[in-house]
Amino acid sequence: MNSIKERMALINEAAARMGKDTFKGTQEKNTTARTELTKQGAKVVTLEEAIKKTGLKDGMTVSFHHHFRGGDKVVNMVVAKLAEMGFKNLHLASSSLIDVHEPLIEHIKAGVITKISTSGLRGNLAKEISHGLMEEPVIFRSHGGRGSAIANGDLHIDVAFLGASSADPMGNACGYSRSENAKSICGSLGYALPDAQYADKVVILTDDLVDYPNTPNAISERNVDYVVVVDSVGDSSKISSGAIRDTKNPRDILLAQQAAKVIINSGYFKEGFSIQTGSGGASLAAVKFIRQSMIDKGIKASFALGGITAHMVKMHEEGLIERLIDVQSFDKVAAESLKSDPMHQEVSANEYASYDEPGSATHSLDIVILSALEVDVNFNVNVLVGSDGIIRGAIGGHPDTAGDSALSIIVCPLLRGRIPCVVDEVTTHITPGSSVDVVVTEYGIAVNPRRPELKERLEKAGLKIVDINSLKDRAKSIIGEAAPLPFGDKVVGVVMNRDGSVMDVIKNIVD
Amino acid sequence: MFVPGNNPAMMQDAFIYGPDSIMLDLEDSVTMAEKDTARLLVHNALKTIDYGNTEMVVRINPLNTPYGKKDIEAVVKAGVHVIRMPKTETANEVREVEAEIEKVEKELGCVGRTQIMAAIESTLGVINAYDIAIASKRMMGIALGAEDYSANLKTQRSPEGIELLLARQTIVVAARAAGIDALDTVYSNLNDMETFRKEVELIKQLGFDGKSIINPRQIEVVNEVFAPKEKDIQKALTILAAIKEAEQKGSGVIAVNGKMVDRPVVIRAQRTIDLAIASGIINKEDI
Amino acid sequence: MEIKNAIAGTLESGDILIQIAPAENDGLAIDLDSTVAYQFGEQIKRVITETLTGLGVTRAQVKATDKGALDCTIRARVTAAAVRATGKDVWAD
Repeated sequence: MNSIKERMALINEAAARMGKDTFKGTQEKNTTARTELTKQGAKVVTLEEAIKKTGLKDGMTVSFHHHFRGGDKVVNMVVAKLAEMGFKNLHLASSSLIDVHEPLIEHIKAGVITKISTSGLRGNLAKEISHGLMEEPVIFRSHGGRGSAIANGDLHIDVAFLGASSADPMGNACGYSRSENAKSICGSLGYALPDAQYADKVVILTDDLVDYPNTPNAISERNVDYVVVVDSVGDSSKISSGAIRDTKNPRDILLAQQAAKVIINSGYFKEGFSIQTGSGGASLAAVKFIRQSMIDKGIKASFALGGITAHMVKMHEEGLIERLIDVQSFDKVAAESLKSDPMHQEVSANEYASYDEPGSATHSLDIVILSALEVDVNFNVNVLVGSDGIIRGAIGGHPDTAGDSALSIIVCPLLRGRIPCVVDEVTTHITPGSSVDVVVTEYGIAVNPRRPELKERLEKAGLKIVDINSLKDRAKSIIGEAAPLPFGDKVVGVVMNRDGSVMDVIKNIVD
Repeated sequence: MFVPGNNPAMMQDAFIYGPDSIMLDLEDSVTMAEKDTARLLVHNALKTIDYGNTEMVVRINPLNTPYGKKDIEAVVKAGVHVIRMPKTETANEVREVEAEIEKVEKELGCVGRTQIMAAIESTLGVINAYDIAIASKRMMGIALGAEDYSANLKTQRSPEGIELLLARQTIVVAARAAGIDALDTVYSNLNDMETFRKEVELIKQLGFDGKSIINPRQIEVVNEVFAPKEKDIQKALTILAAIKEAEQKGSGVIAVNGKMVDRPVVIRAQRTIDLAIASGIINKEDI
Repeated sequence: MEIKNAIAGTLESGDILIQIAPAENDGLAIDLDSTVAYQFGEQIKRVITETLTGLGVTRAQVKATDKGALDCTIRARVTAAAVRATGKDVWAD
C-alpha cells in the first residue's frame, strides 16, 4: 500500500526537517465570478488615502514623470493635495518640469517643496528659480543620469506618483488604453519605469481604470502599491507641444538639409545603422531628408532610439527602420504606434541611456542629431540655461546620447535674433566637448578637431567645413559684443554629469 | 530671391540660403505708409550686413511716384550693385533712372558703379523689350513680371504658362541681342513644387539665365534644373583645356577628340562651367 | 528741434519699435524694453542716442521695444521715427 495515510509519517518528518508546517488538507475557495472579483481590489483608493497609506512624511522624496509634457496634470494635482494635507519640506523629483508646472512656485514659497531634482525647467518656474526662489539648488540630471541615480541610490524615491492612461485594479499600467473609455494617451512610460522599480511606494494615478489584466503592461502590478482613479492625468493634445515643432521655417530646413548631408557622408550611414534625433525643429526635419537618401541608396536602419516621432514611425512602417526603441513618445502618432506595434518597444530610462548599464541602448547608437542653446569653441554644449542666464531648457538625453554614440551632430542656428549660439564659452556646461563631433549652423559646418578622419570624409563629399572659431567670430561681427550677465553669488542649480559627478553650477541672476 | 524690404529678420537671413542674387523690395511688398522706413532699412542693411559675393539688387518704386527718386539716392549711397526698375515700358524710363543714378554717383565720386535691371510687366514693355535692353550701358538684364503682364493681357496665369510664351521668348531674344541676361518671373505657390519645377525646366529650355524666386525653399529646384550634368561639365572642361593649350602653342585650329571646335561650342562650354560654379558643383579654384 | 509724436518699426522678431514723443526737459530719455536687455541693453541705447544726436534730435522721450534687432535695423528704425517726428527727411526732397 502506498497511500497518503501511510506516507503521513514521512511527510511530517520531511516537513520537520525543512522547518515547515504540514499541509492542513483543505484550502478555502472563492467562487465569485472573476469579472466581479477583479473589479474590487484593495489597492484602489482615493489620492488622500493613498498618500496616507504610503507613510509619506515631511522631508521625503516624491517623484513624477513628464510624459504628458505640456498637458501634464498629475504633478500639480498631487502637490496641491500634499499641500492641503500639510506636508512640508518635500523633495520633488520629476523626470522633467515645464511651463505647466508654474503652480509649484506657490508651493515652494509655502515650504511644501524645498528641493527639486529634474532634467529641466521652463517658463515662470524656471525664471523664479533662476532669480533665487529656492534655498537649495535644483539638481539637474540627464535622463540616463536620473535612471542611474535612482538605481544606485543617489536619488532615493520614497513615493512615486505615476500617471497612466490605463491601469487595472492590481496596478498593471500603461501610457495608453485599449478600452473604449480611454481618455488620454502618452505612449511610452520610459521615464517612469525606474521610479516604479525602485521607489519604496508606488501610486498609479489613472483616468481609465480597466478590467484585469491590463496587459501587455508597462508597469507591472508587482511594483504598484496603490491605484488612484482621477478625472484626467493629462491632455494628450499637448504631448507634442513644448519643445517639439514640425518646421516650415526655411532656416530650420536649411539646417536639416546640412545635417542630413553630414550623416549621409559621415561613413556611418550604412546598412543596419542606428539613429536618434533630439526634439528641435531642425533635427526632426533632418529625418525627412535622410529618409529620401535611405530609399535612393537602399539602406535600412536597424533601430531608431529615444524620443520617437511620427516621422520615425512612418519610416518604420515603410520598412526603412526595423525597430523603434521608445523611452518617450514625442507625438500622438508615436504613442499609438507603441500601443499597436510589437516592433515598437518601450524602454526604461536606465535601459535607454544609463552610463553604467552596459546594455543600455545608447551604447549601441551610431548617430544622434541634437539641438543646442549654445555651443562653444571647445564644442561644449549648453541646453539648459539661456544666454540671458535664465534656465529655460532641459538636459534630456543630450549628454547620454552625445557621449555614447559613434557620431554626435549638434544642429543650431548661429544666431537666434540677436542671441549668438556659437560662443567663447557656454553659459553652463552640460555636454562636454569631448562628446560632440559636428556642429551644423546656417553659416557653416564645424568638425571637432578630435575627428580629423570625419572632417576629411565630409570635405571629400563637397561639404564646406569651417573652423568653429570662425563661426564664433562671424556671430560677433553681426551682433556685436555682448555685455557680461548680471550673475549673483548664490548657486541655484547643480548640473550632474551622467556618471554621477558634478559638472557645473548655475548662479542666480540679479535684475 | 525676392525679400520684402520691410522685414529685418528676412533681410538678415537671406544670405544663408545661397541665392546668386538677393533682391530687396521697396515696391509691391511695402505698403505706402512704410515706404520711408523700408527705404531706411534697406539702406542700412546694404551698408552693414555682410552678404559675401551675393549680387545685391533693390527693386525701387517707379520714378513717377513720390518714392522713386529717394529710393535711388538711398540705395546708390549704400552701394547697391543693381537697381531693378519695376513696370518698365519704354527706353526713356530707363534713361531717366540712369540720370538719377548718375546724379547720386557723381556726388559720391563713383560714376558707373550701379547697374540696372528692368522688369517688363506689360504688353507695351514686351513690344519695346529690345529698346529697353539697349537703353543704357548699365543695363545688365531684363526680367519678366508675369502677374501684371497677365492682367494686362486680360488673362490669368496657367500652370503651363502658354499665355506667357510670347513675352518670355521676346525677352530672351531681346536680352540675347543686347548681350545681357534674361530672367524669368516668380512662381508664388510654394506648396506646388511639381509645377514650379516644370516651369523652371521650361524657362531653361527657352534660354533664360535664371529664375526669380520668393522663398528659399525654391532655390534647390532652380539649382538642380540649371545645374549642368557631370558629363557636360567634363566635356566643357576638356574643351576649355584644349583652347588654353592651343593658345599657348599659338595654334589657330582647335580640335578635341579629333573634332574641330567652333566658337559657339567654346561659348557653350564656358557657360556650362559658369553654371557649374554657380550651382556649387565645382569650385573656381578647381579649374 | 520741434518734434511731434511718431512711431516706426514693428514687434516682429529681429525688429524694434521706436516711439518718439516731445520731452519737457533737455536730453534724450530712453525707455528700453528688450529681449536681449542683459547682453545688449547698453549697446542699443548707445545706438539710439548716436542716431538721434546725429540727426539733431537732442530733446525727446524715446520708448524702444526691441525684439533682438541688429544695430543696422535699430539705426534705420530710429532714423525713420525721427524723420517722421521732425518732418525733415534724410534724402533730398
